[in-house]
Amino acid sequence: MAESKTPLLDQLETGPWPSFVTEIKRMAPTKPTAQDLLGQLEVSYEEKKGHWKHGGIVGVMGYGGGVIGRYTDLPEQFPNVAEFHTVRLNQPSGWFYTTEALRTVCDIWEKYGSGLTNLHGSTGDIVLLGTKTEYLQTLFDEYSDKGFDLGGSGSDLRTPSCCCGMARCEFACIDAMDICHNLTNEYQDELHRPMWPYKFKIKIAGCPNDCVASIARSDFSIQGTWRDELRIDQEAVREYVNNGFDIQELVIDRCPTGCLEWDGNELKLDAPECVRCMHCINKMPKALRPGLDKGATILIGGKATILQSAFLGWVIVPFMKMEAPYQEVKDLLEKIWEWWDEEGKVRERVGETICRLGMRHFLRAVDLEPIPQMVYRPRANPYFFWWPEEVK
Amino acid sequence: MAKTDIGPPYYGDMLPPIIKENYGKWKYHEILKPGVLVHVSESGAELYTVRVGSPRLISIYFIRDICEIADKYCDGYLRFTSRNNIEFLLSNKDNIEPLIAEVKAKGLPVGGTGNSITNMVHTQGWVHCHTPATDASGIVKAVMDELFEYFETMKLPAKMRISLACCLNMCGAVHCSDIAILGIHRKAPVINHENLKNFCEIPTVIASCPTAAIRPNPKLKSVEIKEERCMYCGNCYTMCPSIQIIDPENDAISIWVGGKVSNARSTPMFSRLAIPYLPNNPPRWPEVVDAVKKLVELWAANAKQGERMGEWIERIGWEKFFQLAELPFTDKHIDDFTYAVTTFRSTTQFKW
Ligand code: HEM
Ligand code: HEM
Ligand code: SF4
Ligand code: SF4
Ligand code: SF4
Ligand code: SF4
Repeated sequence: MAESKTPLLDQLETGPWPSFVTEIKRMAPTKPTAQDLLGQLEVSYEEKKGHWKHGGIVGVMGYGGGVIGRYTDLPEQFPNVAEFHTVRLNQPSGWFYTTEALRTVCDIWEKYGSGLTNLHGSTGDIVLLGTKTEYLQTLFDEYSDKGFDLGGSGSDLRTPSCCCGMARCEFACIDAMDICHNLTNEYQDELHRPMWPYKFKIKIAGCPNDCVASIARSDFSIQGTWRDELRIDQEAVREYVNNGFDIQELVIDRCPTGCLEWDGNELKLDAPECVRCMHCINKMPKALRPGLDKGATILIGGKATILQSAFLGWVIVPFMKMEAPYQEVKDLLEKIWEWWDEEGKVRERVGETICRLGMRHFLRAVDLEPIPQMVYRPRANPYFFWWPEEVK
Repeated sequence: MAKTDIGPPYYGDMLPPIIKENYGKWKYHEILKPGVLVHVSESGAELYTVRVGSPRLISIYFIRDICEIADKYCDGYLRFTSRNNIEFLLSNKDNIEPLIAEVKAKGLPVGGTGNSITNMVHTQGWVHCHTPATDASGIVKAVMDELFEYFETMKLPAKMRISLACCLNMCGAVHCSDIAILGIHRKAPVINHENLKNFCEIPTVIASCPTAAIRPNPKLKSVEIKEERCMYCGNCYTMCPSIQIIDPENDAISIWVGGKVSNARSTPMFSRLAIPYLPNNPPRWPEVVDAVKKLVELWAANAKQGERMGEWIERIGWEKFFQLAELPFTDKHIDDFTYAVTTFRSTTQFKW
């Protein structure tokens, strides 16, 4: 038997978790690109450093984003990955597929690419790893014929993503998948033609559990919620308790506002105190449900550390009804983009622009009234500003 | 000419009939066993889900394999989760066990539901990015191998989300995870003055630095870096390839704990620095795997039922956490960036 050329990577084929090395190896016999990727990766493992150069500008006609250029810095050794570009395809809402659709993705990628993919990228797209510049246009044309479009990259709207919402979750207070689809289609130009200071991400979660991490991972987070009282099925609560569920320890004591009470027979809710955290509902999904007056809380500014610091999104609209065609949210988005495009510096996320210029400027620009729900507590420092019209 | 701007495929075309019929009508769900969910509709319809781990970086052959399984047992429908798991959607209960048997025969694990460690969100690493301080897929594989039993069972006190990003760009947005593994650089970048002149725009490079560590070097028609100001974020490198930050000798891994995104019980929290340095040791990163496992097990042994890692630490206090975890507290743990002062203690209340 020939000696393995990738002794380090081979060690990642042992162990119970499925191995990405095995996946690359599966493509290697038919795809020289996968073979060279493996070879280059082994070099990275030996040297503890990456071997990809900065991406150049590559793309398809009519688009500014969606493809990320990738070139090896070891082209003599690994000529088949001299060009190894990433293509982002816009995924269907909620990452639901028919096998037919997935096979279409595979068949086209088999012809033009390495056969390797990420399902999915952390923004949400179908990420196709590794193709040559000469194939990009043909590949895009074929995908487009089959109903797939590119996602975003560069300083533009990134592919919006959402949880499975009403398709498979009883907690969904808004139609996350429809909102995602609708907004993505409305903003095709913003998605495909970089035009802003930097990237802008939208994620939609059906409820405050936020299974898609929208508060941390998107500049504009839409989270379903409700305004009236959560609904209680007392009979079902008793059933939980009779089955040995420790309601006191697991639910009552853990309610963050202490607004639940269990008298041995009935679950009482001090509704105005409830902050709709979902905890009790998560614990007793058969007995408790969100209220009926449903909508979304909207938060702005979430992002990872680069550059000024990591932010969690900040509440700007505590409650907005969410009904197709979602005009209210679109009006808000457009006002935000207009302000940020005008005021933002290059590579400044919208949250950073807000920090630099002050939330009051942002709120005024997008026509939102300041309200206590926007802050944990008011300011302690006395250096506050007046608008010119407020003083003589 | 192909059509542009057609948008994503319509999700409605991807849904199994049972979901179309019960869209928005789901009443409750139960976890039947680890990895298996049932959702029950107002109409009485029952949808079963089997959640299966994947390595995220997968071949088209892998996709075709899972399509075959979905054709056989799920009428040709399946989905992926926000953490790269596969979910097989079944309307026929009798298909659950045969499907699980087939999935397991392919070497894929079933689990990731409820109080488990589900699949790790991660980034590209040495496989496909130009700025990594470490690999991504390899560490994830090593960590998940070690924590495998927690994927397949639900015996932890609460959910545990582990994420990894291979550099401070944090494509995986790991900054709000119960445990985050983050690749770091530890030295100021090295400038190739000859190339910089030709390839990079000097004002852009200067503007890219968040700490104003970069200033012009008119003599060389290049820039220079005030090393004591550099915090190794790599942003200048992203803007200009002639400023090289990758350094195999010094690149390393840091570990962060206690973050979460959900609003359940406590409010969303950032992850906080626990271990500033662990060596980059491919192919299996034993120090990282060991540290993560210890943290998981320390939390599991001490947290109350239902308490996420961050909730547990906030309850006992960070000073206690460092004691229990037997981790040294150093100057690295005290913030000195933009909002540092918000983390300094301003009370006489603390623990020994
Ligand atoms: C050229 C180098 C880079 C590569 C190869 C890269 C790769 C990726 C990939 C594959 C994704 C997932 C994309 C998707 O799902 O569509 C992603 C997302 C992301 N990238 Fe990068 N990235 C790069 C540079 C950067 C930079 C410079 C930043 C920040 C300054 C950054 C921050 C992020 C963030 C925050 C996300 C999304 C996280 C989330 O949605 O949770 N990346 N990146
Ligand atoms: C019992 C209540 C909950 C239900 C019914 C539920 C439902 C779901 C569903 C349907 C998914 C798949 C989401 C997708 O990819 O579209 C999911 C994933 C996820 N949820 Fe939840 N969720 C619940 C509570 C929570 C809570 C309380 C948290 C956080 C503390 C949370 C965090 C997550 C995360 C991180 C994922 C990704 C999991 C993976 O892919 O393996 N969920 N949840
Ligand atoms: S965010 Fe809420 S609605 Fe969406 S999947 Fe999670 S629990 Fe369900
Ligand atoms: S949703 Fe949260 S705050 Fe409201 S009653 Fe339930 S546990 Fe308490
Ligand atoms: S986290 Fe950094 S190294 Fe990793 S994929 Fe993103 S930009 Fe590349
Ligand atoms: S690595 Fe970051 S801090 Fe250091 S010089 Fe570059 S941009 Fe500035």
